[in-house]
Amino acid sequence: MKVIDSDLALNKKTSIEPSLIKKKGFLYYLKRDFIIYLMLVIPVAYILTFKYGSMYGIQIAFKDYNMFTGLSESTWNNFATFKEIFANPQFFQVVRNTLVLNGLDLIVGFPAPIILAILINELAFKKFKKISQTILYMPHFLSWVIIGGIVTQLLAPTGMVNSLITRMGGDAIPFLTDKLAWVGTYSLVGVWQSAGWGTILYLAAMTGIDKELYEAADVDGAGRLRKIWHITLPGIRPTIAILLILQLGHIMAINFDRPFTLQNNLIMDYGDVISTYVYRVGIQSANFSIGAAVGLFQSIICLIFLVTSNFITKKLGGKGIW
Amino acid sequence: MSQKLRNRVFDYSAAFIVLIAVFICLVPFLYVLSASLSSNRAIISQLVTIYPIDFNIEAYKVVFGDGGMLYSLFFTVILVLIYAVLALSVTVLAAYALSRKRVKGRKIIMLVMVFTMYFSGGLIPDYMLIKDLHLLNTPYALVLPSLMSVFNMIILKSFFENLPESLEEAAYLDGCNDLQILLKIMLPLSKPALATIALLYAVFRWNYFQDALFYITDENLYTIQLKLYNVINISQQMAGENINLNIPSEALKAASIMFGTIPILLVYPWLQKYFVSGITIGATKG
Repeated sequence: MKVIDSDLALNKKTSIEPSLIKKKGFLYYLKRDFIIYLMLVIPVAYILTFKYGSMYGIQIAFKDYNMFTGLSESTWNNFATFKEIFANPQFFQVVRNTLVLNGLDLIVGFPAPIILAILINELAFKKFKKISQTILYMPHFLSWVIIGGIVTQLLAPTGMVNSLITRMGGDAIPFLTDKLAWVGTYSLVGVWQSAGWGTILYLAAMTGIDKELYEAADVDGAGRLRKIWHITLPGIRPTIAILLILQLGHIMAINFDRPFTLQNNLIMDYGDVISTYVYRVGIQSANFSIGAAVGLFQSIICLIFLVTSNFITKKLGGKGIW
Repeated sequence: MSQKLRNRVFDYSAAFIVLIAVFICLVPFLYVLSASLSSNRAIISQLVTIYPIDFNIEAYKVVFGDGGMLYSLFFTVILVLIYAVLALSVTVLAAYALSRKRVKGRKIIMLVMVFTMYFSGGLIPDYMLIKDLHLLNTPYALVLPSLMSVFNMIILKSFFENLPESLEEAAYLDGCNDLQILLKIMLPLSKPALATIALLYAVFRWNYFQDALFYITDENLYTIQLKLYNVINISQQMAGENINLNIPSEALKAASIMFGTIPILLVYPWLQKYFVSGITIGATKG
């Protein structure tokens, strides 16, 4: 005889005596779903060790870290680390740089995939459409190390772009060495890397637009641009709104690879951002407390922005990321 | 008639603009490829554009002759395979267990996991943890800290949730336990989803660079990305100082970049559809 242990079988029995099921303790469920709980051991152990274990280490930001006695023996320093970073102009500089570079990504990087998606959607030649999509998605799959390498080759003083500019009689542009030019380079390289990939969600939203709307517009004699403006764009408006709010939620978050692989010593005033600053101060110079405090400051601001943006997304009827 | 003509004009202009975008996507590759096949002199004299000048494969001979580069490639391929298998297994376990609605405590475990998507210790506490666990300069440091992505787990979990419940009930009646149900019934039905998640992990591991930079100083454990970063940047920091024979020439740098790019370009066209499905599942279900 097999013991049938599923909820289904259980519920049939309990319809006779419903009081019984409420008395089942956790041990009963542990026994019934033992294998399921066993499956959860490794994932939960991973999350607790590597995610919450790391959060436990945040206390270093509030302590005078003593390398020899270890973290728990170090003494609390009464927010001295935070007083130190808030008194440091370099801290505000990297926060400003982070906001400026992310802000530029929002202004330049955000509309690019929308425009590209509309153009791809309008393509009448199917084969060409498919091939160009494949090529446009490709940069997304390259690491920033490789993109950084390509960019330094391409935009160096002797690189192809500058050699074309000088051949046409222009002056070479210091793409990588002039601070302002570097900010532009950072931004445009981001567009190059992600605009194609970013079209996917918009294209998916466009396939959901009712074809009859376009046919009705044809009957009314609307041109292609009119149809884009009055049908396509409103059709993807919810997608645009949600992605915009999500990106706003990440305004203080910045990945490490992209600024790090594009940086060089000459542009650090504009190019040093929170992640790379934490790396240089915290790991390279072994100033663990300072690095952790700056990181914590960023994490908290990020959390506030993310929760807020998620809340707004839900209000707008999106599902958010929860 | 004029409407038809205008349509045609519009079609061709849209195609033309997309063609320019495609061209902009490709030109950097063509330039680096051409530079890698050109002479150093031609590169420095700015003669190279999108085709090689003084065609030669000397730079590739150096790259392939340098054991370090091939070693890093080999090491990274092994690392990617092991990581993808382990990460996928852990993700499957968590996703399946948390997709069973009858399991007590799943909401709390879910909350504990999702919270880590919003808040993390940060770079330094991560680094200290790896140091305290004595994982610095071990291959484990490249696998364990990113063993599971909660985001990928959620994608897979919603996939499992959408499989018909009757399958599970029938298997129970046949005397299967939960592990047998997962292995014999659920996983064979989820092959496309599993492939997508495995590929997401594999590409992540292939491209991920910062953990190797933070945790690894032993050259035997250099991933291909860290190796490339060093080859590309050593010369930049020294540029302007005296010319040293150890500094990679421009062609050599270009060849190294291509060495790191070509593997992903070779597999990418075949994997593309999985990634597109991955991102759309993630957006609608996440």
